[in-house]
This record gives sequence, structure tokens and C-alpha cells, in this order.
Amino acid sequence: MSRIARRFAALRAERRGALIPYVEACDPDFATSLALLKAMPDAGADLIEIGMPFSDPSADGPVIQLAAQRGLAAGATLDRLLEMVRAFREDDSETPLIVMGYLNPIESYGYERFCQVAAEAGVDGLIVVDMPPEESAALEKFMEPAGLDMIRLVAPTTTDERLKLVLGHASGFVYYVSITGITGTRSASAADLEAALPRLRAATDLPIVIGFGIRTPEQAAQAAGIADGAVVASALLATLSETLDQDLAPTKETLPRVLAQLEELSKAVRRR
Amino acid sequence: MTAVTEVNSLRQGPDESGRFGGVFGGRFVAETLMPLLLELDREYSRAKTDPAFRKELDFYLRDYVGRPSPLWFARRMTEELGGAKIFMKREELNHTGSHKLNNVMGQILLARRMGRTRIVAETGAGQHGVATATVCALFGMKCVIYMGATDVERQQPNVFRMKLLGAEVVPVTAGAGTLKDAMNEAMRDWVANVHDTYFLVGTVAGPHPYPAMVRDFQCVIGDETKRQVMEAEGRLPDVIVAAIGGGSNAMGIFHPFLDDNSVKLIGVEAAGLGLDSGKTAASIERGRPGVLHGNRTYLLQDENGQIDEAHSISAGLDYPGIGPEHSWLHDIGRVEYVGATDSEALDAFTFCTRMEGIIPALESSHAIAYAKKIAPTLSPETVLVVNISGRGDKDIDTVAKHLGVSL
Repeated sequence: MSRIARRFAALRAERRGALIPYVEACDPDFATSLALLKAMPDAGADLIEIGMPFSDPSADGPVIQLAAQRGLAAGATLDRLLEMVRAFREDDSETPLIVMGYLNPIESYGYERFCQVAAEAGVDGLIVVDMPPEESAALEKFMEPAGLDMIRLVAPTTTDERLKLVLGHASGFVYYVSITGITGTRSASAADLEAALPRLRAATDLPIVIGFGIRTPEQAAQAAGIADGAVVASALLATLSETLDQDLAPTKETLPRVLAQLEELSKAVRRR
Repeated sequence: MTAVTEVNSLRQGPDESGRFGGVFGGRFVAETLMPLLLELDREYSRAKTDPAFRKELDFYLRDYVGRPSPLWFARRMTEELGGAKIFMKREELNHTGSHKLNNVMGQILLARRMGRTRIVAETGAGQHGVATATVCALFGMKCVIYMGATDVERQQPNVFRMKLLGAEVVPVTAGAGTLKDAMNEAMRDWVANVHDTYFLVGTVAGPHPYPAMVRDFQCVIGDETKRQVMEAEGRLPDVIVAAIGGGSNAMGIFHPFLDDNSVKLIGVEAAGLGLDSGKTAASIERGRPGVLHGNRTYLLQDENGQIDEAHSISAGLDYPGIGPEHSWLHDIGRVEYVGATDSEALDAFTFCTRMEGIIPALESSHAIAYAKKIAPTLSPETVLVVNISGRGDKDIDTVAKHLGVSL
């Protein structure tokens, strides 16, 4: 059983959903993002998404875009990101790590090589935002042999017919994009989410997590209760960004404040 | 039109997945947009075979855009350069001053057929933005134009024009604040407003079906050119030269000639400060294939797959990618891609203005620069057509600054 499957099985036994925070590689620098990554499980992260900075994140809102710019300015590359993963795996062999980003840096690295190196480093799954199933054959064929899950995005606009296609190319879990929009902007209502889930449940046995627009502990608890997990990204990155100094360097506030926010989110998810 | 049905025609692409030559193009977008692109593909396929749609478009092209545009024999320039016979395809005479309206007119009619009420578009030099704002005024539709903040600065007259036409112009400060960043922002808007919004792409790039659709709407340039050169010279032209940013004016004039092997097609990219200066927009000559803005194509990028900022004196060419069909035509060698620098374009701008009394856009000046370079090396029997894709009034400030003149 994969780390991702094991983790969701364990959460089912605890009868609660997953809290999935997001950290952007090298934002604001390598050491800080690594320290944050390492501290996240103790602060309540059940799975972690690591953002792979891209110069043109056209599906993301301003918060993630700025985080990506800071990461790139601090020298983020796929190799640096995988160094973070290796360092994380030195003390944590159980928390699933999902790498999220855009296709071009992976294409530039080489599909086969990336899948091998990422899996060896300890990555469990990939989310490639701009790679719908129609365009994924070239990467997908190297993912399964390497043991990487292909986490798929499903949107409110995804038709029933497409849902079959998308889920046919999905493993690990399914990421439901709760709004038609970019990351970190508006939020879906509980009613919207409750209405959306049955359609997905009927189409897949994979765990379903909800993301885009989840900011508060209440929203996280609600989403993790309706589905099998909640992703919180922009809200944490916004906090991180607030703690930086004028030169966008970390301060002594940076880690404690982001981790305190993560703990609040985690408490809410566990309380439910 | 017989060429289209030939088995070995180069005009049959893309395939169903939107690929040219099996490699370039495609639909690399977030899942939220996929259903919309599939719908657009269906609707466009239906529209293009509907005689009523064609008839409506022809009406607007004739009575509103002002087509056909003339083919002008540039007598003084020909004599001065002492070589090939130079003709100019006068796309700058279209309403709004560039070739952009050909495509915009087609897409706005499609958007109306699809029941959309709000239009978003990206713009670089502002020509596409002005064209889009114009048709939105014509049909009373809401219009939001995303434009890089740098471009807003250097294209003030067009910004004001768009506002006069009733469009909301949103300056984009991300990145270098140019066309690439405006494209990202327009895609974000579309994702967030899918229910009522139509994304009106201005060039032959982006996810399928945009590259094919924009090309189809721009082919009117090449179709007319073919007819007009036949009338003037009784034969096909020998060389066609067009400037390339995303590549829509070039694709429009090249495509109807793709199967005419005797016609040499030359695309002129913006070499900026020089092809090897690191400050260029020459995606084919200095880039490599990658994925950006929904398609696989040649891109200016670093060794890690991060997209580089392009550089050109011309805001309309300042883009690190190029339409995917151009990438394919480059790989199979059907079209030759070359570069012209900022200063060559400026020289050509002045030269064309003085010789022909035609003030060309800085974009088009890149094509003129290359035509000017090769014309003297060609025989007087050679028929060379250069596409004057836009007029240069919008560039007066930029040119004055480079010439050291304060207005």
C-alpha cells in the first residue's frame, strides 16, 4: 500500500478528514521552506503539498504567484525541491508528500528522469495543473512504474462524461477544485460542496479532497468533514508573506506564525 | 481552395487533439477550462461550416473592417533598393489600423452565437485590445482588456482609445508587465468567470482550437494577396515576408501559400538588441520547445524550464513564445525564420515612411527591415510581398524617444 493510501486508511479509522497544507519550495529561501516542511507534521499536517515554483502560474491567484516569484528568486529548481524532500524523509517516512506545479519545468527536466528521481527522493504523488488527461500520456507512463500517484483536479465545470475520463487517469486521491476560479480567491459554500460531492463519490472510490478558497479553520473543518480532506495553501502563504521583512527575508516571526495557523486549522479539523 | 483537399497538403492541421505535426499545439490547461475549450471547438466547427456564419462575417469584413485591403506596389522603395519588386499588403488600412480586426470580428460573432456577454482579452501593443474594444462597442458587450503595466506605459494612445471605446483596461504588474503576463491574467479571469465570459485570444497561440481558429480568420490576408498578385503580375509571388510575435499576421498571409512550393515564406522575429544579446523575442531562433499558455511550442526559457522575459522595442512582438503551427513549419523547413533587431526595425520605420508615405507599425517594421535587407540581392523579376500588418501612429512616442526627439 502506498503512503497516501495508508494515510487515508488511518484517517478513516480516526473518522476524520485530512488537513493538507501547502509549502512553496524555497519561499522565502531554501532553509526556511525546509524548516517549515519539517515542522508541518507536528503542527497537524496529514499530507503536504510542495509547490514547484513556475514563472507563469496562470491557474493561481496573486498569493501563490508571489510565493513562486520569491521561490525562484531564492534559486528554486526541481533539484532543490527534491533536496528538500530527501531532507524531510530523513526524519519522516510516513507523511505523504505531493508535488504540485506546472508541466514545463518537468518537461525541461525530462519526464522519465524526473519521475525516477522524485520517487527515489520520497515524493508520493504529482499534481500537474496544466496537464489534463488528454495531454498526460507522455508523463503518465513513467509515473506508475516509479510508484508515483497522479493526483487529478476535478472542477465544477467537469461534465459527467469528462469525469469518467479524468478519474480513469487518477490515483492516490482526487482534488476537487471547489470554485471556478484561481487559487486563494473566493470560497465555495458548504451547500455547494455538499451538492457537488455525491456526483464524485458515485464516480470513484478514491479519497476526495477539497481545495481552492479554504482559508479559515471553520472552512477547513467543514471541507474535511464533507470530503476526505482539505487543502489550505494561499492562507498559509499570505501569513508567511506578512512576516517577511522589506527584503523579503524571513524574520523570527515567520515559522511560529505559519505553524500556529496550521495548528489552529488542524485543531478544527480534528475537533469535528 | 483546391489545395486544401490535396492529400499531401500542409494546410490540413491540426489533428483532433490540436497538434501540428503530432508535436506542437495541444490543450495544456487546468481542468476547469477543458470543458470550455471542448465546447468552443464544437461551436467553432459548427460555425465555420455554416453558410450563414460565413455570410455574416463577410458582411462585417467588407462594410465594417473595410476589406479587401489593397496590395500596393512600392515603386520608390523598389527603385531605391534596386532589386526585387516590392509589394505591400496594406493591413494597416483596416479599421482600427491593423490586421487584428480580421480575427476579432470572427471571434466576436462566434461569442455571440455562443451566448456569451462578457469579453476578456490580452494585449501587448494594444492593437488587439483596441480591435476587441471596438467590436465590443459595436455589439454592446462588456469588455475587459488585460495589458502589462510596462506596455500600458509605452502604448498610452491605445490605452486611451480602449477606454474611449468603453473597455476596462487592467494593467498587469506581475513579471515584466508585458504580453506574457497579460496572457496569464486574462486566463485567470476566464477561469473565474466561465459562465458568461468569452476569452478572445489575439494571436495564433494558446490552447486548441485558438491557433487554428485565429489562423482561419486571418487567412483572408493571404487569400486576397494571392488573388491580387495574380491580377498584378499574372503569377504567384516569389517571396512573402511578415513579422512574428505570436504570429497571426504571418500565419494569415503564409497559410494560403503553404502548398505553393515556389513561394518562399519568411517570418521575421524580433531580435531585440541582437539575437545573441539575451535581449530578444526570437522564440524560434533562440528558444526550444516547451509548454506555456496552453500549447507546446518554441519558447524562450532557461535551463530549468522557467520562461524568460522577451525583449523588443515593439510591444506587439514582446512575447517569449510563438504560435505552435509556426514551430511545426520551422521544424519541417517550410517557412524560414529570421530576426531583425530593434535598430533595424527603427531604420525600416523611417525608410518606409519617407519612401512610401506609409508609417508602419514597429511590428511591421521588422518585416520591412528584412525585406529591405534581401531585396537588393534579388533579381528585378522577383516579386516580393511584405505584410504591413499595422500602422505606426501608436508608435510615434517610442520612435521619437529613440531618435532623441521630445514631443
